[in-house]
This record gives sequence, C-alpha cells and structure tokens, in this order.
Amino acid sequence: MAAPTMDRSTDTPSAKPQTITMIKGLNQALRTEMERDPKVIVMGEDVGKLGGVFRVTDGLQKDFGEQRVLDTPLSESGIIGTAIGLAIRGYRPICEIQFDGFIFPGFDQIVSQLAKLHYRTQGRIKLPIVVRVPFGGGIGAVEHHSESPESYFAHTAGLKVVACSNPVDAYWMLRQAIECDDPVLFFEPKRRYHEKAELDLAVAPQPLFSSRVLRKGSTATIATYGPMVRTSMDAATAGAEDGLDLEVIDLRSLSPLDLGPVYESVRRTGRLIVVSEAPSESSIAGEIAAKVQQECFYSLEAPVLRVTGFDTPYPPAKLEENFLPDLDRVLAAVDRSLAW
Amino acid sequence: MSSPERWSQPQPSGAPAATAASPTAEQVIAGLRATSEGGPELVQLLTPEGERVEHPDFHIDITPDELRDLYRDMVLVRRADREANALQRQGQLGLWVPLLGQEAAQIGAGRALRPTDMAFPSYREHGVAWCRGVHPNEIVGMFRGVDHGAWDSVAKRFHPYTIVIGNQCLNAAGYAMGQRFDGKVGDDNGEATMVFFGDGATSQGDVHEAFVWASVYDAPLVFFCQNNQWAISEPTERQSRLPLYQRARGYGFPGIRVDGNDVLASLAVTRWALDECRHGNGPVLIEAFTYRMDSHTTSDDATRYRLSTELEEWKLKDPIERVKVHLSRNGFADHDFFDGVQAEADELAAVLREHCVNLPEPPPGRMFDNVYAEPSATLEAQRDEYETYLAGFAGGEH
Repeated sequence: MAAPTMDRSTDTPSAKPQTITMIKGLNQALRTEMERDPKVIVMGEDVGKLGGVFRVTDGLQKDFGEQRVLDTPLSESGIIGTAIGLAIRGYRPICEIQFDGFIFPGFDQIVSQLAKLHYRTQGRIKLPIVVRVPFGGGIGAVEHHSESPESYFAHTAGLKVVACSNPVDAYWMLRQAIECDDPVLFFEPKRRYHEKAELDLAVAPQPLFSSRVLRKGSTATIATYGPMVRTSMDAATAGAEDGLDLEVIDLRSLSPLDLGPVYESVRRTGRLIVVSEAPSESSIAGEIAAKVQQECFYSLEAPVLRVTGFDTPYPPAKLEENFLPDLDRVLAAVDRSLAW
Repeated sequence: MSSPERWSQPQPSGAPAATAASPTAEQVIAGLRATSEGGPELVQLLTPEGERVEHPDFHIDITPDELRDLYRDMVLVRRADREANALQRQGQLGLWVPLLGQEAAQIGAGRALRPTDMAFPSYREHGVAWCRGVHPNEIVGMFRGVDHGAWDSVAKRFHPYTIVIGNQCLNAAGYAMGQRFDGKVGDDNGEATMVFFGDGATSQGDVHEAFVWASVYDAPLVFFCQNNQWAISEPTERQSRLPLYQRARGYGFPGIRVDGNDVLASLAVTRWALDECRHGNGPVLIEAFTYRMDSHTTSDDATRYRLSTELEEWKLKDPIERVKVHLSRNGFADHDFFDGVQAEADELAAVLREHCVNLPEPPPGRMFDNVYAEPSATLEAQRDEYETYLAGFAGGEH
C-alpha cells in the first residue's frame, strides 16, 4: 500500500527524543499540522478555551485563534455536516467527537455524505476530514462514554478507519490521517491517554494503513488494536512465564485492513486469537476471522477465536471489568486454541 | 396488507377511515388549510392576474428584456421537466422528480445568484440547476441509473443533488462559514451561499442544526425553503403549527414568506437576502409559498391524498401564465416571441430525449471507481476478482 507522503519540513530535525503521553502526542500532531497547513482547522465541543475534555486540543485556540479552533454548538450532525461544507470550500477539518457514544447524532452525515460524496461526484469532491473519537471503556464512566463503535464505520465504503494504541503512533498516525485526502475515522483509546512513550522524530513513521508486528512469537498469534494492544502485550508477557511464545500484531488500520502480516504469522503459528473491546457479532474481529480462514485454511491448527466485549450494551461501570477482555481471558483463549 | 397493522392503528371514532380512493374529511381540511392564500405576510410583486403591485419593503426594477428572459427560463425548465416525466412513463428513466409548479420560485432564486455564489440543492431543483448552467442532460443520468449526478459541482458552484432530507443544509452552513473565514463577506462583492429544501425537511434535525450553526457563525447563507404544501402525502400542517418562515425568529435571523409562484417577488426577495448575506448580515430564511402541481415523484400518486379541486385552484396561480399575461398586456412581447420560446423549448426537449435514450450503460468496473481518493488495495483486489469472474463468461456457452 502506498505510504502517504509525509511532509516533515516543520519538524525540528535536531529535536531530541522526548517522553510524551498519548494526549501530548495527539496535541503535538495537531499543532504541527496546523502550523504546516493554514487550511487545517479543529472543531468540536469544548475544544477551544477548555482544550477538550481530555485536553487533547489544549492551547491550540490560544495560538491559532477562534477561526481555526472552533468551539462548536453541541450538535454532532452539525460538526460533521459543516466540516463537509468547509472541506468543499478547501479546508481540512479535524472534528472531535467528545465521546464514542455521542457519534450517533452525526452518523447520518458520516455515512450518507462524508463517505459518499467522493464517489457521487466521480472524484471531483475530496473530503480530507478526520473525525477523532476517544473510544473504549475502562474509565468507570456513565453510559455512552465507553463504547467501541468502529465496526459501523469499517462497514461503510468510502471511510477509512484507524485506531492508535500508543503515544508514538498517536502522533504519527494523526498527522498522516490529517494529510490523507480521504475521510478518516480516528479512534483513540481513551484509557491509554495517559500512558507514556519516547517520541523520536528522527525515526520515520510507517505508512498509516498498515499493521505492525509488535512481538514475534511461535505459539499462537494475537491480532488486536486500540486499547487491547496493551492488554494483549501484557498477556504475552505473562504467557512467556508459562512457556507461551505469543506473537502480537497491532492492526492499526481497521479499514482497509492490512492482514498480510497476520497471514504470514498464522502460517507459522497455526493459531489466531483476535482481541477487541467491541462486541463480537458482525465485528472487525469477525471479519478478520473470515479472511484468515480463507487465506490460511491449511495452516490453521485450530479455529480462529475471538476475545471481545460481550453482545450486550456496555454495562454499568461496576461490571465493565467483566465486560472488557483482560489478560486472563486472552490467555484462556490461547489455552483453548492450543487444546483444540 | 394483513390485519395486524389495521388493529394496531385504530381510527379515531366518528372519522371514517380513508380509502385509497378518498381521503378523510380531516385530511381534506388539513390540505385546504395548508394551501390557503399564504396570509397577509406574503410578498407579491406580480399577481396571479399578471398585475404588477408594489410592496413596501421589496422593490424590483426590471426591464422588459429581463422579464422575457425569466419567462423563457420558466418555459424551458417546465418543458424539460415534462419531457423527463414522459421519458419515465416510457420506461427511459427509472424515476423522475417533477418541478411542475415551482418554476417561479426556482428561477427567481436561481437568477438572484451570482457566479461566485454557491448553491446546495435538494433533488427537485432542476430550475435552479438551469440557472447555474447545468443542462437537463446532466441531470437525467442519475434518474436513468447510469450515474449519481453528472455535473461538475465545483465548477458550476451547484452541489450534487442531496436525497437524504435536510443533510445539505448543514453542508451549506459549513461552506458559508468557509466563505466568511476566507474573508469573502462584508461588502457588495461578497460571496453568499443558498441552500434549497422543502416544507417536509423543516422537521429534520439537520435543518434546525443548520439554523443554529449559520446564525451563531454569522454565515452568509440563505435558507430557501420551497413550501410546496406537500411532503409526499403529508400536508405542511403535519410539520409545523406556525407558518414556516416564522421559525427563523427563534433562531435570531429574519424570515420572509414570498409568493413562490411570483418570479419577480422570488427574485427580489432572494436578491435582498443574498445581499444581506454578502454584507455580513446573514443568515436569512425565505419561505417560497408554492405548490407541487404534480406528484412527489413518478412513483407517487397524489390523487390518493389530495383533492383535484386544490390543484385546479393552484392552476389559477400558475407561475408562468401570470408573466405571459403581463408581457402581453403591456406589449412587452408578441406572438412571435411566445412562439419562438415554445419552439426553443421543444428543441430542448428533443435534445434531452436524444441524449437520455443514448446514454451509454456504465461498464461494471465503474462501480469500484472513486470510492476513495487514495486507492485501497482491498477494494482493488475485489475489483480484480470480479473482473476475472466476468471475464470467465466471455465467449462461454452459458
């Protein structure tokens, strides 16, 4: 897949590696892109003066003004719908949806207009819009603040869907998404917002729509994304103590899926466990299972297993630890696969 | 239809149930009430009898040449509309959405736009399209099923038709915000945007949200609502308790009700509204009070829900006839002119028919084109697989 050309002219080449949180990485990506291209604007509820409820947009309005960082009316359909008009006018809007569960008022504009205008106009209208969505649970929130709605969007032609899992990816992937000429749904694992990593700008990023093998292994393959990457890595670390050698792949891009590394891995390990927070019915995890059985049929030693949220609405916070896949559920699935 | 639905929706006692052939008394009254005269607030500059009248707030200076041009526009778009309707009846189009009766609203609004302005239509705006330089030939493809709209919406500054009711109002609000952010608003040379929608759309959240966004960002946006009295089968009464133009007040901008069958009033009011927007005084809501003289689409049958007398009444207010009468009575046009326009209209219809029936079938692979701006390997693989599959039939004996 072609890598989007990343203009890195505004990066300071001599900058030393710095330790950043995911929030800082996202903030820095926004700032860098806004400095690079005056058409890049940020819009959403409370993104201006407050800097966003998670502070991802902190300081941007102060530095770029109210016309480039818009505190919008509380109207998600309006955020997406007007971003489309602004994009037709030549802007590159980055929309913040405050929480995953609030994206649905904007769903119509996303699937009916954002996803289809390029197609409808035979490519005359490009909509380089990024819709940032803090997603997933684990923060003890009230209803509608912990959902994983990515499958709806991956199911819609015309949208690209990615999920970052760590601060460095958050920085580079957001920059790449902003520079992409297609609409990108950008899912941010909110419970990983405060995790830290070292960002070295001298290290070139990999293409946006590609997966990455995080840990090589031979016993079984785990494919995952977003908040479950950390969980899966923890499971691999714990499994190593029991003699399990797990390979972990961060999918990063959910539409398009980059499954080449997954196929390659499954052909070696013969076993695949897909881990995500989203419920399993008609999910990305299900799509991966379908594709892997199609491409790796003779390599599989066991059926592809899915470790996901349950097919329930997101439960009250006191139950979310039961709902969310954790290290033990991942390892239990590995055991089931090995025992097949 | 099987019985459960009938049981689950009991009729109010005393009111006879509607049948396919006859609406209930309630429905008749609702229809007549909704399609009354438009009230004292209606801005009119040319009466249904073809008399010029003055309005205290809206004035128009118009030359006989311009009047003849407006007449010609309306005759041409009506003729193209009737031809397209016939093409559907003859099986050449899958569907047609008639504009019959709304020519004055659309030509008046469309001719008020400047080339630098932007317009966002719904799906019935064939008259506005005409004013933006979009030929009917470019419209019929989507109704024949060969494309989703063929015109260059960027070059013509006429957005693709939007079929999901009300979506375009927010897209237009965003575009108009962009005009303001670009510093293109504030004087006579300013830019403006106009968005078209219907009475039914005013119940959509997107339209209300667009009112909010356009107002709080002072967007140079004219909301042009064609109240044609019917949202398929539902009268305006089902959408609103109060006249639609009065809704603007709650959002903090002016709302005007114009006689949508009066091309001069539509032009004058829309020019004023666009000028307000150019100067930074937007947005403005215009309710063009008009009438859908045909069915909602060729798939609809308006006789199931409205009375023919209502249509007869509106025929007396025909948007084209009143201009013709005015031109004749004042000696602004003679028989040769009217005959010439009619001949031109028939020629346009012939060109449209010829173009329509000869539209090439799209090749199967085209469905994979332009899904993304940056190619997707997954989708390309799907295209290759399907084309290989199709190639397997070439020269086969199936």
